[in-house]
Amino acid sequence: MHPAPSIIAFSTFSGLGLGLLFWLGVDNTAPTGWVAFAFFAIAYILAVGGLISSTFHLGRPERAVKAFTQWQTSWLSREAWSAVAALVIMGLYGLFLVFFETQIAVLGWIGAFFSLVTVYTTSMIYAQLKTVPRWNTTLTSVLFVSLSIAGGALISGRVTIGLILLLVAGGIQAIWWKTGDARFKQSGTDLKSATGLGKIGEVRAFEPPHTGTNYLLNEMVYTVGRKHAQKLRMISLLLMLVVPVFLLLLPYPHVFGVLALLSHIAGVLVSRWLFFAEAEHVVGLYYGMR
Amino acid sequence: MTQLPEKTDRKMGLVIDLDTCVGCHACVVSCKGWNTENYGAPLSDQNPYGADPSGTFLNRVHSYEVQPESGPAQLIHFPKSCLHCEDAPCVTVCPTGASYKRTEDGIVLVNEKDCIGCGLCAWACPYGARELDKAEGVMKKCTLCVDRIYNENLPEEDRVPACVRTCPSNARHFGDLGDPDSEVSQLVAERGGMDLMPEQGTKPVNKYLPPRPKDRLNEEIDILAPLLAPVAEEPKGFLGWLDKKLEKL
Repeated sequence: MHPAPSIIAFSTFSGLGLGLLFWLGVDNTAPTGWVAFAFFAIAYILAVGGLISSTFHLGRPERAVKAFTQWQTSWLSREAWSAVAALVIMGLYGLFLVFFETQIAVLGWIGAFFSLVTVYTTSMIYAQLKTVPRWNTTLTSVLFVSLSIAGGALISGRVTIGLILLLVAGGIQAIWWKTGDARFKQSGTDLKSATGLGKIGEVRAFEPPHTGTNYLLNEMVYTVGRKHAQKLRMISLLLMLVVPVFLLLLPYPHVFGVLALLSHIAGVLVSRWLFFAEAEHVVGLYYGMR
Repeated sequence: MTQLPEKTDRKMGLVIDLDTCVGCHACVVSCKGWNTENYGAPLSDQNPYGADPSGTFLNRVHSYEVQPESGPAQLIHFPKSCLHCEDAPCVTVCPTGASYKRTEDGIVLVNEKDCIGCGLCAWACPYGARELDKAEGVMKKCTLCVDRIYNENLPEEDRVPACVRTCPSNARHFGDLGDPDSEVSQLVAERGGMDLMPEQGTKPVNKYLPPRPKDRLNEEIDILAPLLAPVAEEPKGFLGWLDKKLEKL
């Protein structure tokens, strides 16, 4: 699949922002006043910035508001609703923390719930697609949510829990990669079933419909990144997990914590790029590709 | 409305005969010709006369080579367009309700005024039947020529999809696949019409007729062979002399 920068930025940064909102919501001793303002500002810049960047890949961004209508069937529509719910509720919760130094715990919990639901709905946009076997698993949702919570813990300065969550998320990421490599084959879709000609013999794509490229090939048969996939996986895991864990174990968490966070974000960006670049859509079979 | 109808009154669709398709691409051209100037936004081309041309098409013809266990390989031309699936995954993923499946005839359409061009429906389609138009920013797909098949301004023989009307080898058939007595349904029953990627669970309405088994040459057909044995012999006379001399050199 084509790794659109707007989508990679969206899912990484809004995941991080919503993860931070989750921790602010469930915190029994949430910050108040200017400290709260700083935290909420960061969370909203990440979450809202991510959401806005997601509209850049639309063919008709001026109609984006119509995406709220089909929540009954569409995960993309559910994501839109859930994001608005999370941002409005957490906004209200933050307002009381910043200006009235009052914590309305119930609002925080509800907001935290919707923050995670939003990350889950994002993950389901990909996990629901049978056409992309690598994504078509519950593990995709587990991966997105665990990365979001771990990233949120890092930003909110939770060292111990952050360490544990980093290890968990990194482990899930490794399993997702490992099992993902076999999933296309397991899906049972191949050129034989795609053409229905398998009963006669071995099928080979002889001639494509056109000599040039097309939307389908650009969007769904993106093969550029796969060559270095293994190396990029290692780089991603190193940046996302190993470096931050090492930095968090050092003293002065305020200095090294920031570096750990930056490294983690870089690692997640690489992982998200691979998430798209490595994913094979079954339509590639018709073109004799993967 | 992106909820799929429980059932549709009719299941209008195509039956494509892989035995008779000659791969001439006439259906591709007629499809583009009709649909670029009728229903919805035109089908744009990008850089059509340049070094790297591309464009939006609703129908494309692939060619596959199939190698049976014995005998020569077969070349099979394979037209592919929207299959108007009963369980169309492209419809349910649409966030705006632009994609829908009609209750009356099962045709899957895009209301281009509501399309935000997010491309998720194209991702959800296993067949590559949907293409985002670069110029218009909206999703394009086969409409089964909805503006022809009910069009009373056209002579009756033209009230079929453009691809069916134009096919010179009669490899494309149009009709109601929900009615077991219809000509297309009978053709499917007779020839063992098949679904593409049945494991994807899309329940396509369009069916493909597999190529008929090929005739095989057997020994008996070769009774004239002895009479056709090669008659070339060793050269004699001058040529024989020349041959020997040249051989010695």
